[in-house]
Amino acid sequence: MLAYVIRRLAYGALVVLGVLLFLFVLFFTVATPDDIARRALGDKATPEMIDTWKANHGYDRPLWPWQDPSDNLLVSHYTSLLGFDFGRSDVDDAPIGQRIREGMGPSLALTVPMFVIGLGLGLLLSLFVAFFRETYIDRAGVFLCVLGMSVSILLYIIGAQVLIAQLLRWYPISGFDPDPDVVARFLILPIVVGVVSSVGSDVRFYRTVFVEESSRDYVRTARAKGAGELRVMAQHVLRNGMIPILTRVVLAIPFLFTGSLLLESFFGIPGLGSITVDAIRGNDFATLRVMVYIGALLFVLGQVLTDVSYSLADPRVRLE
Amino acid sequence: MTRVLTVEGLTTSFPDGKDRLRVVDGVDLHLDTGETLALVGESGCGKSMTALSIMRLVPRPGRADARVARFESADGTKELLDLPVPAMRRVRGAGISMIFQEPMTSLNPVARVGRQVVEAIRLHEKVSAAGARDRTLELFRLAGIPDPAARFEAYPHQLSGGLKQRVMIAMALCTRPQVLIADEPTTALDVTIQAQILELLRDLQRELGTAILLITHDLGVVNELADRVAVMYGGRIVEQGGREDVLARPTHPYTEGLLRSMPARSQPGEPLPEIAGVVPPPHTWPPGCRFASRCPRVLDPCAGAPPDWVTVRPGHTVACLAVAQDRVAS
Repeated sequence: MLAYVIRRLAYGALVVLGVLLFLFVLFFTVATPDDIARRALGDKATPEMIDTWKANHGYDRPLWPWQDPSDNLLVSHYTSLLGFDFGRSDVDDAPIGQRIREGMGPSLALTVPMFVIGLGLGLLLSLFVAFFRETYIDRAGVFLCVLGMSVSILLYIIGAQVLIAQLLRWYPISGFDPDPDVVARFLILPIVVGVVSSVGSDVRFYRTVFVEESSRDYVRTARAKGAGELRVMAQHVLRNGMIPILTRVVLAIPFLFTGSLLLESFFGIPGLGSITVDAIRGNDFATLRVMVYIGALLFVLGQVLTDVSYSLADPRVRLE
Repeated sequence: MTRVLTVEGLTTSFPDGKDRLRVVDGVDLHLDTGETLALVGESGCGKSMTALSIMRLVPRPGRADARVARFESADGTKELLDLPVPAMRRVRGAGISMIFQEPMTSLNPVARVGRQVVEAIRLHEKVSAAGARDRTLELFRLAGIPDPAARFEAYPHQLSGGLKQRVMIAMALCTRPQVLIADEPTTALDVTIQAQILELLRDLQRELGTAILLITHDLGVVNELADRVAVMYGGRIVEQGGREDVLARPTHPYTEGLLRSMPARSQPGEPLPEIAGVVPPPHTWPPGCRFASRCPRVLDPCAGAPPDWVTVRPGHTVACLAVAQDRVAS
């Protein structure tokens, strides 16, 4: 298994190198350093100002190694990102590495509880409706799920802010305070919105898996030997159903680090999601490159994790 | 010999629009200790549904009803279809066990086979984990599984089909049930393995005194194992009697056709005889005899009302109007 993981990680490294090349083409040749400078400085910038800005940010060097083998943007793009030396923001010169380290905490404070509660609630509700499959409880559950997943997350966000924060005044509309005594007050609303907006599609998917498993022969065997319905669900259906469910769940775990774009920006949580949204809005190409790079790393990691979790959950799967 | 299972007027139905479609329609059968009753018929005749109905495992939204479904368990007489759910659960796997056609899919793929037998034991008896493990190893030996300790730790996919069926049999017999329902236990196995499994069932039956309800479409298997035979067609039993009587002197036109079409009984070089037509699907079944549309001896009133039982010899009964007329005539 170790050999398999190492091989998968090596393939993953190739994917990441490819993503970096794509990023370079996109951010340095499609959008040239001149474009980046002009966007940063505005329409009225003089050619001199643009040259100074490019020199300050290191964008004045030649693009390709064959233009200058010792000092060029392509090589420094690779060496700095692969060496986790993220440089400074194009917009405010703040060090990107430090900003990411600071943003990770708030992001995880939002996404980890959201993930755990969402997963637990999703599994419980789906086992419940699958238990009552083919009855009106099941049909009502599926109807609610489809309804829930059909509503845009924006409506949940704005609805929660208006109803719970503004009218009922239970929790603040937005904001963040890392003080452990009060931080929960700021996080409850976005966590609830996040869970509610995703639980519908989760339950529908898990339910399909569980209902399908419930009709398998081994479930009939378990009933035939005298197991009760609860035991059948918990011991046999859940364990077998976890195999397809893991694919979806484990792949999401690495992305807990990158936070949530919409929730963080709407609720004013200074996490990596907010940083990404701000970078898109502010044409901060240096930050965006880093975020895309991190996303690629996490995706590769998630895939290896999924394979490993498969082999743990299903004795038929052997990684070789 | 004592009667362990009595079923009268068993009807299993599924909703079909406003009506209910009866896939099992008034089945009567009984089973004594230590004997084997073979329930024979083509696919779709309702024989598996009959078994699942007795176990109350008919898949939703199906429903089983019966005038009588009486089981003489070790702790008293039980009306199976009236039992509350927890009491029924104590019957399943303890008083009445079941093994299935597909050993490949009938075991939980992600649990070790030893654990699955241990679960079956501990569902019904208060034994320690170690005690249940010892019992399982003993059952594995009894079921002819080589190297039980190693097989205990195996997952189903690591065992052959024959071994899996042996595990299923060990699991079904772990609590010494009075009745074993074997639903096509050898259909999915190789011919040599089939013979071994049948022999195992016969040995275990002799040792434990279990009554076996054997469901099969294979008349060779019937010949190997059965004491009595019930032939099913279109959701009803059409002929019932001792093995020799039914196999050697079939009386119902359907049983006659079925036996004539056996390769072993046909002339070499001649095409196999067949029963004309196909099995009608349940929603086209006539109120009378379901075989009427294919029967070589069909009479005018056949499709109108279900035929009465005719006793052709002691313990051998047939539901057929043509047979009844023969007997009046003679």
